[in-house]
Amino acid sequence: MAELWQGYIWPTIFIVLQIVAVLVPLLLAVAYTTYAERKIIGAMQLRRGPNVVGPFGLLQPIADGVKLLFKETILPAGANRVVFIAAPIITFVLSLVAWAVIPFGEGMVIADINVGILYLFAISSLGVYGIIMAGWASNSKYPFLGALRSAAQMVSYEVSMGFVIITVVVCAGSLNLSEIVEAQRTVWFAIPLLPMFVIFFVSILAETNRTPFDLPEGEAELVAGYFVEYSSMTFALFFLGEYANMLLLSGMTSILFLGGWLPVLGFAPFTWIPGPIWLALKIALVMFVFIWVRATLPRYRYDQLMRLGWKVFLPFSLFWVVLTAGVLIAFDWVPN
Amino acid sequence: MIIQAICFYLFAAITIASAVMVISARNPVHSVLFLILAFFNAAALFILLGAEFLGMILIVVYLGAVTVLFLFVVMMLDINVAELRQGFLQYLPIGGLIGLILLAELVLVLGSWVITPEAQAVARAPIPPIDEVSNTAALGNVLYTDYIYLFQASGIVLLVAMVGAIVLTLRSREGVRRQSIRTQNLRSREQSVEIKKVQSGSGV
Repeated sequence: MAELWQGYIWPTIFIVLQIVAVLVPLLLAVAYTTYAERKIIGAMQLRRGPNVVGPFGLLQPIADGVKLLFKETILPAGANRVVFIAAPIITFVLSLVAWAVIPFGEGMVIADINVGILYLFAISSLGVYGIIMAGWASNSKYPFLGALRSAAQMVSYEVSMGFVIITVVVCAGSLNLSEIVEAQRTVWFAIPLLPMFVIFFVSILAETNRTPFDLPEGEAELVAGYFVEYSSMTFALFFLGEYANMLLLSGMTSILFLGGWLPVLGFAPFTWIPGPIWLALKIALVMFVFIWVRATLPRYRYDQLMRLGWKVFLPFSLFWVVLTAGVLIAFDWVPN
Repeated sequence: MIIQAICFYLFAAITIASAVMVISARNPVHSVLFLILAFFNAAALFILLGAEFLGMILIVVYLGAVTVLFLFVVMMLDINVAELRQGFLQYLPIGGLIGLILLAELVLVLGSWVITPEAQAVARAPIPPIDEVSNTAALGNVLYTDYIYLFQASGIVLLVAMVGAIVLTLRSREGVRRQSIRTQNLRSREQSVEIKKVQSGSGV
């Protein structure tokens, strides 16, 4: 009996507690990301943003959540029920499971696996299924067109994202996220790999279907893209999944290029601040740029989006992989 | 160990069940969705074996790219399920034969390991033992050091296949106006805008 407790039950309880400790702040962060987005865009467009519910409108995300929860879920008559319901669940679950390998500080990670970066890449490449299933199951024109656009777009930009990740992995000498962060103690990868950093950031904009690449939900042509037919909680799951994905990819950017939990400078006043707070600050910075881009840029045309992905980013990132590998070999800088 | 066994049987059962559903589902899109499930569980089995790199690559390559395009095509096609059903019995012997050959080969490979333990040693093991080096590094050693020429050769075969596919499908159509980004970027104000004073009543 004691062995059962030692071997199975305590570890299970411990893991569940770790998961809760990651997910609760994450969902709060998702809720307040929507608030931050509305406030920041409001400020950029000389409006106030939400300011009625609670002080400074701080309770607005909670009010929105409660409203969505209590609305009626509508199943379209022609929809394929099982797939229609499964699609938002898949999107939401995928956006949460990826956080299992994100290191929040030295040793502060739920699963410190050897192939962490591949796991992140795999999970983010699965995200397209939620969208494409939603578009197909709705049995309606606009969602279907939105889903097709989104699938083509995500597959295209994943290729160059893969090459960017390869460059970082070559420089760090490991697929483990904690070791990638540790490899940036001397210099953040954003500095030697600046062009790859830019490509990665633009690619994650396309990957999360954000402006200027938000064609899958282009409201002027497709009403709302793949989730036209969704209402109440099913819609909320898409919404939460999308924002959790944005936070995840911001986290990935911070870990790959901005030194993860490491402080900006490695001496006294900066090292007093604990690692998770540094990571949160960096994620917040990248999220701010996400929102800033949304408030600033117009939407891309679809053929130009494809051209940018296949004819500009792909050759350039391929070239940069070869260049980085060549430089590392030539100067004998290859990490063991 | 018990948990590993439970996980193995769970993933294996789901893999086989979804593989059966792939060929028996009425809706072709459901077939592809079951295929995705089968791949996913196969990746989980790889991870249970300790081959986490292969599992992740299976997900990235097959689920992240190949099956997305597959699903894409199946959704766009208007497949008549009843028509497909008619061909089922016709193709059953060939399909069954291929399945049998694969089964026989698997039995031969595994059987030879059981009968002659020396054969197992022939199956190439990574030079450093598996607990010292991660399986990503072990795979890299085997693939890029021991078998580099075969690796390059398979790369060339794939390149030829890719060039062939492009040549077969590429056709230049007449009368399509393409955007030339270069000429657009090189355009100056003088070439494109002209300001004229227009006398009222006379036109340009």
